[in-house]
Amino acid sequence: MKRLINQRPGPVSTAALALLPFVVLALVYLLASDARLAENPNDKLLPSFTTLAESFVRLTSVPSQRTGEILLWQDTGASLRRLAQGVGISAAIGLILGVALGAIPLIRSGFAPFVAVLSLIPPMAVLPVLFIVFGLGEVSKVVLIIVGITPFIVRDLQQRVQELPRELIIKAQTLGANSWQIVLRVILPQVVPRLIDAVRLSLGTAWLFLISAEAIAATEGLGYRIFLVRRYLAMDVILPYVVWITILAYLTDFLLKQISRRAFPWYHNGEPGR
Amino acid sequence: MTPRIRFENVWMTYGDQVVLERLNLTVAPGEFCTIVGASGCGKTTLLRLLLGEETPSRGRILLDGEPLPAEPGPDRGIVFQRYSVFPHLSVLGNVLLGLELRAAPVTGRLFGGARRNARDEAVAMLEAVGLGQSLGKYPTQLSGGMQQRLALAQSLVMHPRILLLDEPFGALDPGIRRDMHELVLRLWRENNLTVFMVTHDIREGFYLGTRLLVFDKLRYDPDAPQAYGAGITYDLPIGQADPGTLAEVLAGGKR
Ligand SMILES: Nc1ncnc2c1ncn2[C@@H]1O[C@H](COP(=O)(O)OP(=O)(O)OP(=O)(O)O)[C@@H](O)[C@H]1O
Ligand SMILES: [Mg+2]
Repeated sequence: MKRLINQRPGPVSTAALALLPFVVLALVYLLASDARLAENPNDKLLPSFTTLAESFVRLTSVPSQRTGEILLWQDTGASLRRLAQGVGISAAIGLILGVALGAIPLIRSGFAPFVAVLSLIPPMAVLPVLFIVFGLGEVSKVVLIIVGITPFIVRDLQQRVQELPRELIIKAQTLGANSWQIVLRVILPQVVPRLIDAVRLSLGTAWLFLISAEAIAATEGLGYRIFLVRRYLAMDVILPYVVWITILAYLTDFLLKQISRRAFPWYHNGEPGR
Repeated sequence: MTPRIRFENVWMTYGDQVVLERLNLTVAPGEFCTIVGASGCGKTTLLRLLLGEETPSRGRILLDGEPLPAEPGPDRGIVFQRYSVFPHLSVLGNVLLGLELRAAPVTGRLFGGARRNARDEAVAMLEAVGLGQSLGKYPTQLSGGMQQRLALAQSLVMHPRILLLDEPFGALDPGIRRDMHELVLRLWRENNLTVFMVTHDIREGFYLGTRLLVFDKLRYDPDAPQAYGAGITYDLPIGQADPGTLAEVLAGGKR
């Protein structure tokens, strides 16, 4: 018998093992839901799978009586737009500041402590300030995401730049590179895949801030909808929305990983399983 | 004749630790200095001084009679034991980089005819080190020996006056090492290089160099081992590699 740490599942058991927790979760839900519905057929807390499926079909195909649009798509569009803007701007700021802080000691001495202090501000605590300054519209929600994730991306990227082997920076200088060229041809191309990693790590936080902002003040959006129907205990809407958000988060992460692999094959060469 | 490199009473200290002391050394153009010494005695420090990455705590270093620039530059190429090539560039891209940086200060890239000319030059250099078949590969797809040959090509395409090698073949197996020795000797002759090469293998040092520099502590205080630095304990002219060149260098040095 091999040691536990050396036992690796084959392809079939890998898939089976991966599915197992999902199946268990579904079973537990099914049993609990059945038990509650047997006691009270009008129970709203754990709707049956049929109710959930019906509700999902309704959400994705029947236009709302008020706006004439299909709510789930409308909410998804609004949320993804905010998320993309927030994360995109954060990534851009993160890349520029992270590289500047990591590569240029004069900037680092001047600003690294400042960024470290800024990153300690709890973003939710400044949300009222954002609402006051930017109003209740789109801007404050996007800015909350930016406030929430940019400090992490900046500091992570600064670290990645400083982790580049010193030898490479010296080598570039022996090839005659000036500071700008070193940033452009040596540092930037090497940290862009690391930026994608940082963005993937901060997506969960970005969703958190997005849904919080939508819950507090919005007229559409996935978070808005969940918190709206909460008043009616509409679990048949909330649960499909939660699953849908999870799927969106998973797909975004998967997409970023694929982009990174396509665009930066050299970065992924040493990865296991390839 | 102006010496290529001249150390004038150079000291290097880190805090109260003296690493190198009272270093006087004159190296003529075209010499191949191999440097040996115990681990931690300051061989890499010597190369970092020559690079301009560190400045001497005392004394000065002259390059062709002028004070050595205080930062690395294209006249001094280097191959480290590791991390000498850029992982995000292909083999061709790695060698092209220096040519592009020199010609395009703002974009760092060449286009059109200028790029084709640079490419031809880079390919010729890569063929000279035996990597003509691997132009599109990335460094992670190369063996250790191929990576070091790439690092050599990348440095030499800039036509540096001085080539610094810090245990470049330390991680290679003996067969590949021998090939690399022939390659380095050929490139040295063809490119009029002055070479400083650190090695742990004294046989390698004897075989390759025109001059062997042995570093060790000149004095030693058992109660304060960091109080005294290393210096050159032996400075041996040798010439198994190429007696003709050695004779020339020696004659040039006396003039
Ligand atoms: N940046 C630094 N700060 C403080 N001490 C340093 C620094 N760089 C080197 N040293 C010290 O200088 C001494 C010489 O280091 P160096 O790297 O030059 O040795 P070396 O001869 O190249 O050794 P090896 O053969 O193991 O590579 C060592 O004792 C090291 O601890
Ligand atoms: Mg060393």
